[in-house]
Amino acid sequence: MESLSNKKKVLEQKPLNFAERMYLPAIVKGLGTTMSHFFKKSSTIKYPEQEREFSINWRGMHSLKRDEEGKERCTACGLCALSCPAEAITMIAAERKPEEKDLYREEKYAAVYEINMLRCIFCGLCEEACPKEAIYLDGPIVPSDYLRKDFIYGKDKLVEAPLEK
Amino acid sequence: MDINFVIEKFLLVTILFAITLLIAMYSTYAERKVAAFLQDRLGPDRAGPFGIFQPLADGLKMFMKEEIIPTNASKWLFMVGPGLAMLCACIGTAVIPWGQDLNVGGRIIPLQVTDINVGVLYLFGVVSLGVYGVMIGGWASNNKYSLLSAIRAACQNISYEVAMGLSIIALLLLTNTLSLREIVEQQHGWRWNVLYQPLGFLIFMICSFAETNRAPFDLPECETELIGGYHTEYSSMKLGFYLFAEYINMFVSSAVMATLYFGGYNYPGMDWVAAHVGPIAGPLIGTAVLFFKIFMFIFFFMWVRWTIPRFRYDQLMNLGWKGLIPLAIANIIITGIVIAVVNKF
Repeated sequence: MESLSNKKKVLEQKPLNFAERMYLPAIVKGLGTTMSHFFKKSSTIKYPEQEREFSINWRGMHSLKRDEEGKERCTACGLCALSCPAEAITMIAAERKPEEKDLYREEKYAAVYEINMLRCIFCGLCEEACPKEAIYLDGPIVPSDYLRKDFIYGKDKLVEAPLEK
Repeated sequence: MDINFVIEKFLLVTILFAITLLIAMYSTYAERKVAAFLQDRLGPDRAGPFGIFQPLADGLKMFMKEEIIPTNASKWLFMVGPGLAMLCACIGTAVIPWGQDLNVGGRIIPLQVTDINVGVLYLFGVVSLGVYGVMIGGWASNNKYSLLSAIRAACQNISYEVAMGLSIIALLLLTNTLSLREIVEQQHGWRWNVLYQPLGFLIFMICSFAETNRAPFDLPECETELIGGYHTEYSSMKLGFYLFAEYINMFVSSAVMATLYFGGYNYPGMDWVAAHVGPIAGPLIGTAVLFFKIFMFIFFFMWVRWTIPRFRYDQLMNLGWKGLIPLAIANIIITGIVIAVVNKF
């Protein structure tokens, strides 16, 4: 039947000629190809010692940010938890006491803030939802561990290191 | 027979055995490194510097694994299989001349365990016995895949042994002897047999690939079709023995190819070197040269493995019976005619 699209290409399968049936020319060519790779630089990155540079939009471990004065930005509004499609985030809010004024920026803060790294899919929706610019996925790769409970990261692991005065 | 003879043979056998095992051990490492380099990777590099302790780690792992003997397996044969494979692989080294005679304080020590006058035949016998290890193991496992693999191994070895034997006959027409020592001595300096028998060497080499069950003829243990082939049911050190036997076989066939066709311990300018470095260092340099040739062959085995895809079973049989055997016979006839003509004039 005639091809309407004109894209049809008839492939014919010719029987092997003598040189091809001997396999040897093709084998020698193949050996040459592999040998050329022998002297090429290996593309392996020795991971724990060497790390590959992340792209600028890389999303890694979360960090809870502080403002310019070193106060925690998070006000425990819960929008990140609400936006999280994997339901990885939970928190408990608390009211700031007067003496904690330089610890937290707003009157309400997260007393407990937990992210389950086994549930997290690193989509970055929490980052987008946050009205206070308090959470960013700008950390490294989340390390592996042995127990499930060790993957639930609390504030001790998430909050940025305090500013040096 | 004096006691010195016994001692020196015992030493030679022990050293040979140790070297064989060491080379087989590090062949596994070399194989992985070569594979990695050919594929732009690095290969094992965690155990020790450059991963040189990897074979030890692998060996330890093999020893520590649980040993499983299937309920319906034929227990006795199941245990004999790997042992037989290992035994047949190891005894091949006995007739290979590893170097010129050493002259230690007036005493001549040949660097060969035994120079039997049918050395080539002995090698063939040992190599063909090797397939029994595979067959017995495959049959005793009481597993369909293992059995299929054993049948394949047997067919393959029988088919390729014919072509191998025929390619050797042309060589024997040239050398007029079956003793490996004499064959090597005849190739003194540059007169390597490969220069007179290039086609014979090619056939012999292809057949050695098939005999050692190496890629592209590794049908007996192709993972994609037969799971693990004849060692599907094996675990622990029994599996280790099979894998080890394969590498020893590779070492032995490399040694045989180097001996028969590439001049063994002979190298160009060996007389000049021997005259300058003395009666002990001279032969030892020859031995080093032989090992260099062997390592080149082992590297070639690996290089081919990571280049060529596996043959299909019918292609294998076609190549063996319709390709190599007629070629080998033609090689015999041509060699015979040339020898007759040269002798006449």
